[in-house]
Amino acid sequence: MTIQEFISALSNELDIDSELTPATQFRELPEWSSLSVMELIVLADHEFSKTIKPTDILRCDTVEDLYHLLSA
Amino acid sequence: MAIIKHSGVGISAIAAAVPSGRVDNYRYQTDLFGEENVKGLVDKIGIKERRFAPPTVCASDLCQRAAEQLMRDNHVSPEDVNLLIFVTVSPDYKFPPTATLLQDRLGLGKDTVAFDITMGCSAVLYGLNVAYSMLKAEGMKKCLLLIGDTNSRLYSPEDRTAAYIFGDAGTAMLLERDPKFGDSCFSINTDGASCDMIMVPAGGSRMPSTEETLKNRKVDDYGNMRSQEQAWMRGGDVLQLVIANVPRDINALLAAAGLEREDIDHVVLHQANGYMNNYLAKKLKFPPEKVPTSFELFGNTGGASVPLTMVTDMGEALAGGRKTILLSAFGIGMTWGGAIIHTDHCAVSELAEL
Repeated sequence: MTIQEFISALSNELDIDSELTPATQFRELPEWSSLSVMELIVLADHEFSKTIKPTDILRCDTVEDLYHLLSA
Repeated sequence: MAIIKHSGVGISAIAAAVPSGRVDNYRYQTDLFGEENVKGLVDKIGIKERRFAPPTVCASDLCQRAAEQLMRDNHVSPEDVNLLIFVTVSPDYKFPPTATLLQDRLGLGKDTVAFDITMGCSAVLYGLNVAYSMLKAEGMKKCLLLIGDTNSRLYSPEDRTAAYIFGDAGTAMLLERDPKFGDSCFSINTDGASCDMIMVPAGGSRMPSTEETLKNRKVDDYGNMRSQEQAWMRGGDVLQLVIANVPRDINALLAAAGLEREDIDHVVLHQANGYMNNYLAKKLKFPPEKVPTSFELFGNTGGASVPLTMVTDMGEALAGGRKTILLSAFGIGMTWGGAIIHTDHCAVSELAEL
């Protein structure tokens, strides 16, 4: 999956209307909440067959960081 | 995991009671969190309404109401029952065990074996397992298994991570020996290292109650508030544990029972919340019509959610014939597991209100 495809999947699963770039700091987004963590876990499992924990997400700052976490 | 097998014991009747007080989630705490934020959250978790017990009603009262209904509907005399198990995290008192109070309140004989089991959302697995094991012993008649909680009181209404999820309910199941129930199969797992995923830190022996522990405090950067006497739930960690373990556990259970997915008539999952439950049902690959729910109108009722769902959503199906049911539950401990049971014209009472 390319980073653009990831951004699309992310916007979709997390219901993000704001414009996303690789440099976007996802925690600053108005749509970001504790529920977003759950949605990210589901996205990782469903699209990447990857298990990620909330602590893994804590170490990420930008959309690009999330992309690397999920596609590693 | 432990795979535990039983034979010739089962559930012959189920009843449930909920408080009449309804909470419309779309209108709940909107002054605090903002109407639009609340709508977004409630749409996602799919829990539209819940029942909250007033301060005068305890989980034991809800279970008593359910048990009385069950006994009336099924012509059960107090002498028929000498095993009473109450599974809860909302006991009437620290002690005596609430089951002993219920022995008296339900008019059961003094020869009743009555005790509590402290378990949350995975309650049904423990209650059934312990009851089934004891019912095989000489001297045991029938069992009333009561599972109920006032979850609304355990979480802070100012903690958005938990305030919209939990509801109150009490359930009663009549368990007895009969060859018609055939074989049942259980798996139960424990991971104490994850114990702090869902927890009430204060009020026990480790951190006794003080003025400090009762104080409402800001607990995160989102401004959520709770005291140490109220439960926290790390939703992300719980979701990850469930995804990582539950599907695999269910596959193992099916294999142990020698059954395929097509052999299962109904899948009753613990009602965590709509978001998690919909994803879990999808992952488990059962068609939606086989997966009843109760979270939309009752929320996460903790250990009661599995039997409550059987009352609210499966009454006709259960009464209609022989059913093979897969149960799956997960919760405090952390604990998780499943069961494959058979019911045979199981009597289901109308949902009662208190």
